Amino acid sequence: MQRRSFIKIGGFCALGLGALPVARVFAGSNQTKYAANPEALPGKQWAMVVDMQKCWEEGEPDCTDCILACHQTHNVPDIGSVKEEIKWVWTEPFENTFPEQKHAYLAESVKGKPVLVFCNHCANPSCVRVCPTKATYKRSDGIIMMDYHRCIGCRYCMAACPFGARSFNFRDPRPFIKEVNGAFPTREKGVVEKCNLCEERLAAGLVPACVEACKHNALVFGDLDDPESAVRKVLRARYTIQRKPDLGTKPKIYYIVS
Amino acid sequence: MAMYNGRSIVTGLVLFFALLTFPFWYGLGAAPAPEPDLNTPAIQKLVEKKCVENREFMRANHMELLKEWRNAVVRTGNRVYIAGDGKKYEMSLQNTCLDCHANIPPKQVKTTSNQLSQVQFCNSCHSYVGVKPDCWTCHIQPKEGR
Repeated sequence: MQRRSFIKIGGFCALGLGALPVARVFAGSNQTKYAANPEALPGKQWAMVVDMQKCWEEGEPDCTDCILACHQTHNVPDIGSVKEEIKWVWTEPFENTFPEQKHAYLAESVKGKPVLVFCNHCANPSCVRVCPTKATYKRSDGIIMMDYHRCIGCRYCMAACPFGARSFNFRDPRPFIKEVNGAFPTREKGVVEKCNLCEERLAAGLVPACVEACKHNALVFGDLDDPESAVRKVLRARYTIQRKPDLGTKPKIYYIVS
Repeated sequence: MAMYNGRSIVTGLVLFFALLTFPFWYGLGAAPAPEPDLNTPAIQKLVEKKCVENREFMRANHMELLKEWRNAVVRTGNRVYIAGDGKKYEMSLQNTCLDCHANIPPKQVKTTSNQLSQVQFCNSCHSYVGVKPDCWTCHIQPKEGR
């Protein structure tokens, strides 16, 4: 065999081997395999208004319906110690929730009052910026999600979050869950967890569990991009404040306090 | 070609490979491959006993499928899987797979003490081949009396 024809054959063989993976890609079916649930609530920028005035005035003083509903739905454990506490939604005194509003002569109507707090689902989230594995990320509808499969438990996000919205599982949470919701997973030791704005309920066409649980409709949920949404209507009509707006994380939870 | 100490080298090589492959031929036929138990109430009720894809595909690729489902649901928010035959399924290990592959669907589980470490259907093969997926540290599996 001539040297020239040997190289030719060799070249064609190499080309054939290289073409095989390309052909495989094009031969693969281009049928779409995944779709969104048709019942899912449509929204581009989910937000919430927490009407604390309504909660204080109309709600019973020891009402924890929203917290219970959330923690039952999402299998949030009750560890029983403040140090290892896991919480998705809880209350903080007014002065701690809005430190820049605090002064020596606060109105009696807000002084020391408990304010419902949870993840602010910031438009400019510091937790997402610091996560080294992209376990926490911003969805296209504005929800700050946790991918527990990816979380390595480094707790950078906890240090970055100015609202303390994140909790770390220092131990296996399962023994501390009294009643399990079998339709939702638990978490494991060594991951960080937080409010997911009930994205699993939104996908099934339901509003968040806390919103549904409140008897006095003190929680208003809706899409900021839709001018006719419940949230935008309340925001137009009432004076609202945000938690630590000066930090620039652009929270999407708004509060009515007076 | 001359070979010094040929006899002992060849004997040594034969012995070496015999020892190296010992685990393989020693285990031959010792443990028959398990047949996963498909006898659950939900599967018995099915008219056409078919998983989301066909049996051969599921046997070989269930882990890839689950990984794709996980990424589709968690990262892109798509929760519906359109199977090869056009049927639609909710992509959920806990609420779709285990509805059939467990005696009690996890949805009906009320306490975490009501659980075993593994679902028998999954475990029968996984313990045979010695793989330990960590699905059940978070996803809820029901206790099964089998």
